[in-house]
Amino acid sequence: MAQVVPAERDLRRVIGDGDAVPDGEVEGLTEHDLLELHRSLVLLRTYDERSVVYHRQGRIGTYAIFWNHEAMQAGSVYALEDEDWIFPSYRESAIGLLRGMPARTILQWWRGHPSGWWNPADYNVASICVPIATHVPHAAGLAWGKKLRGETAVAIAYFGDGATSEGSFHEGANFAAVTGAPVVLFCNNNQWAISTPLSAQTRADALVDKAVGYGIPGIRVDGGDVLAVYEATREAVARARTGGGPTLIEAVTYRAAPHATADDPSAYIDPERVEEERKNECVGRYERYLRRLGVLDEAAAEQVRAEAAELMRTGIAEAEAEPPADVALVFEHAHVDPLPAFEDDLRELRGG
Amino acid sequence: MAELTLVEAINDCFHVELGRDPDVMVLGEDVGRAGGVFRATAGLRDTFGPDRCFDTPLAEAGIMGAAVGLCMAGWRPVCEMQYDAFSYPGLDQLITHVGRYRWRTGGAMAFPLTIRMPYGGGVRAPELHDDSPETYYVHTPGVKVAIPSTPADAKGLLAAAIRSDDPVVVLEPKLHYRTLRGEVPEGEHVVELGKARIAREGSDVTLVAYGSMVPLCERAADELAGECSCEVLDVRTLKPLDEEALLASAAKTGRVVIVQEAPRTAGYGAELAAVLAEKAMLDLRGPVLRVTGYDVPYPYWQIEDAYMPSVERVARAVRKLLEY
Ligand SMILES: Cc1ncc(C[n+]2csc(CCOP(=O)(O)OP(=O)(O)O)c2C)c(N)n1
Ligand SMILES: [Mg+2]
Repeated sequence: MAQVVPAERDLRRVIGDGDAVPDGEVEGLTEHDLLELHRSLVLLRTYDERSVVYHRQGRIGTYAIFWNHEAMQAGSVYALEDEDWIFPSYRESAIGLLRGMPARTILQWWRGHPSGWWNPADYNVASICVPIATHVPHAAGLAWGKKLRGETAVAIAYFGDGATSEGSFHEGANFAAVTGAPVVLFCNNNQWAISTPLSAQTRADALVDKAVGYGIPGIRVDGGDVLAVYEATREAVARARTGGGPTLIEAVTYRAAPHATADDPSAYIDPERVEEERKNECVGRYERYLRRLGVLDEAAAEQVRAEAAELMRTGIAEAEAEPPADVALVFEHAHVDPLPAFEDDLRELRGG
Repeated sequence: MAELTLVEAINDCFHVELGRDPDVMVLGEDVGRAGGVFRATAGLRDTFGPDRCFDTPLAEAGIMGAAVGLCMAGWRPVCEMQYDAFSYPGLDQLITHVGRYRWRTGGAMAFPLTIRMPYGGGVRAPELHDDSPETYYVHTPGVKVAIPSTPADAKGLLAAAIRSDDPVVVLEPKLHYRTLRGEVPEGEHVVELGKARIAREGSDVTLVAYGSMVPLCERAADELAGECSCEVLDVRTLKPLDEEALLASAAKTGRVVIVQEAPRTAGYGAELAAVLAEKAMLDLRGPVLRVTGYDVPYPYWQIEDAYMPSVERVARAVRKLLEY
């Protein structure tokens, strides 16, 4: 069971530090589950690290790094059923991998190629949301709409600490609460919004306190602890599915990498704190836990890493092999019935 | 046919459309228990239940954003914005998601949502109950825009919007909600989007208008009857525009005056004028003139009539054009 470290304001944890803080365990998780979680973490980590390299090589465009955010994504998605809907922000751009989306698709999104746009219904993963917090009302609407139809699906929306200052977060959270929508509001509190620290974002003692204002339960969890995240999300999902409405989860972590490839955090971030966080990053932390438990054998771990690396090699090769998009696509898909002017526009664009 | 006011026609439309399609639902502030502040949604909650005529929290971005999610869950939501100017908090959702989500899914998912609102001035109301925000909507890719000027069109265009698989914004001239009565077909009645209407035939000048400016142009045509014959073209759908009807009328009369209640600069009239400049040059016997609101905040109601295009201003523009 998750334990609470009193000094850290109800921060739930399962994984110990191999020293003074003992390891816990999550009820109901089998060894297979533990290894599946590991696979998810490695998949995301590999995607992220390879993407930074691809960016440097000029093979993808600007990229939002999610290094050390993998535990929040892998842990929460593992608590969902396939019928449940995921509403990612740019920080969770590769979360579709956990639902079987090809790496090619997500890489194409970051390459600005139209084949990087997917049908959300194929994976129950909504489009990557770029404008901060504006997808929170979408998750509320979808979950409420499913509930009205008598369906049992739950929706989870991911957003950052900065997002909690946006009007859309508030409107979406309140909408979800009022409609009793089966939603998990998952806040990745990495303590930075680009260069703005949490202390400049809010005077709230903890972001989870905002749940009180909506009359919904809140859970505060260590975002670097994949098992604690899993357990917290499982609790929230179970409540949502059985008619208990939304839950706000505040997962506390630290952004130990630049905001995005275009960002230079040296101007604002404390390098020592980053170094400390990097030593305690979430994938290594989980691997040490599994080793202490005697569950992770190094050969198997190597195998998982090799599979993830292969998936990325295939993904980027497939993405790069795709023919350039035809300019006619400029006019496609915005309307069911295209505007009459488009025909002339395309002719003119082609020089006719 | 029944004689209905404009707002009764809208209410009639809702009863028909919610009755024929169980996926259609209405959401907005005070639409359920109160039946809407203008009573456009009266009776829906009793007939179809509180889930299909839902009183939302006071949150315009929440309403439009939730409607995006409702579409993803298979609904056809109709959002009411209580007033024109109170739709502005929702513009974020409209621009960043409503008009873009289908495109973002490569056309795989449809977003058949309707946003409707009372618009326009002349009703002696406090600040921000009088705006004509059509240009914001017209300018948003992925969104269609319709504005009825008669009870029959209010019913038919709303029905078309609800049945459209594209997002449609419908602005309703609140000035005429109760002052305008007309014959409205009973039962199902759909007015195809993208088709203008000749409100009055004429041969010397075309007055192009939409919404509450159409009855005004008709009055101006009456006023000018002894001097010239005015055609009044009711645009009805601002996007997509019925260019054919506009160009045909311009070709017929050779003179065009555009009448728009919204502020002048970059208003919809500028778009109409640009289309005429591009495609009707040789048909025109004089410049395209505009009679519009001014580039100012909509005034205090004691002097609002000074802002609104009037019969006199329209007549003056027509006379100027005839003398050209
Ligand atoms: C509405 C909006 N405003 C500004 C931005 C630019 N922007 C991109 S990321 C970001 C910071 C977001 O911080 P946070 O919510 O904490 O999420 P994180 O990036 O840390 O995951 C900003 C300001 C945006 N994408 N959308
Ligand atoms: Mg942040």
